Amino acid sequence: MSTVGVSEPRRTRWVVLPVVLATGALLGLLAYGVLAGGDRRSIDSALARGERPQAPALSLPSLGGRGDRTLADYRGQVVVVNFWASWCPPCRAETPMLERWQRRLRSRGGTVLGVDVLDVSSDALAFARRYGVSYPLVRDRDGAAAQRFGVAGYPETVAVDRRGRIAAIERGPVGEGFYRSRLEPLLMEER
Amino acid sequence: MRRVAGVVAALVLLWAPAAAFADCPRTTVADLEDEVMCQVCGVPLGLAGDAPQAERERAFIARQVGRCLGKREIERSLVAQFGPSVLADPPHEGFALSAYLVPALAVLGAAALLIGWLGMSRRRGRESDPSAPTLSASERERVDAALERWSTGRSL
Repeated sequence: MSTVGVSEPRRTRWVVLPVVLATGALLGLLAYGVLAGGDRRSIDSALARGERPQAPALSLPSLGGRGDRTLADYRGQVVVVNFWASWCPPCRAETPMLERWQRRLRSRGGTVLGVDVLDVSSDALAFARRYGVSYPLVRDRDGAAAQRFGVAGYPETVAVDRRGRIAAIERGPVGEGFYRSRLEPLLMEER
Repeated sequence: MRRVAGVVAALVLLWAPAAAFADCPRTTVADLEDEVMCQVCGVPLGLAGDAPQAERERAFIARQVGRCLGKREIERSLVAQFGPSVLADPPHEGFALSAYLVPALAVLGAAALLIGWLGMSRRRGRESDPSAPTLSASERERVDAALERWSTGRSL
């Protein structure tokens, strides 16, 4: 009788402990999964507070060319980072406009940088030829770089100021309004 | 003679494409649909419907099938285009490793808990069964004697 009385809490502990540990491990895993995908929220909330978060590092192979291009290569310029794919219908619609922007930006210390995401490189090159794209294009084959910018759909466009900070994001197709209200003020800023 | 040569030439012409087709590894887009992800949709191609990226991947696979590539070769070319995450089978590294570890640990944990619980309830049943009759010393001796007789083959 006394054996039962002493060992009961100890036995219960042996059952409860693994359950608590397993639950804790699963919750930890869940939290990691949620936080790992939190780039979008952190960038957007910083912009909403009026801050300009530093743009994530971006180093990707040139589409159809040799070598890599990095965002740091364009430090001192206003960079319009456009995440696109040849299979994305709205990207087809906005590409001619981005090409017009490129002609305007070039003379004012800026550039469009197209990031082709989750795409077949030959399809992307055919797309670029078809629309006469003259701005630099890089290839993010598995979408890892896009993820760091919190990109969840295509197209999305990020305006990076001359100091390499994110100044604006359009989560969807851009229009002329983005150029006027977001890019013009950045182009006026000193280097 | 000319007729025989014509027949031979026709046979050769017929045989050559057939032989080429026989050498061609036969796989289909449908065969790969469950093993390849539409990364934008987050589901295998088979479940992605007519999502634009899924359609583009199917077209790419169809081109590779047309080039007579085998299933593994096509998977390799898909990885070259889209990275390892294009395969439905998660990579065996990093956070994706949890896709294998969590179910395995859950099964092991559940088995350990079940074994522990069974053992505990059995012990508890033995030790604290209130319906179990308590024997006096004389009754215990009689039961022991009866068991002894029974085990040596004598009738009770």
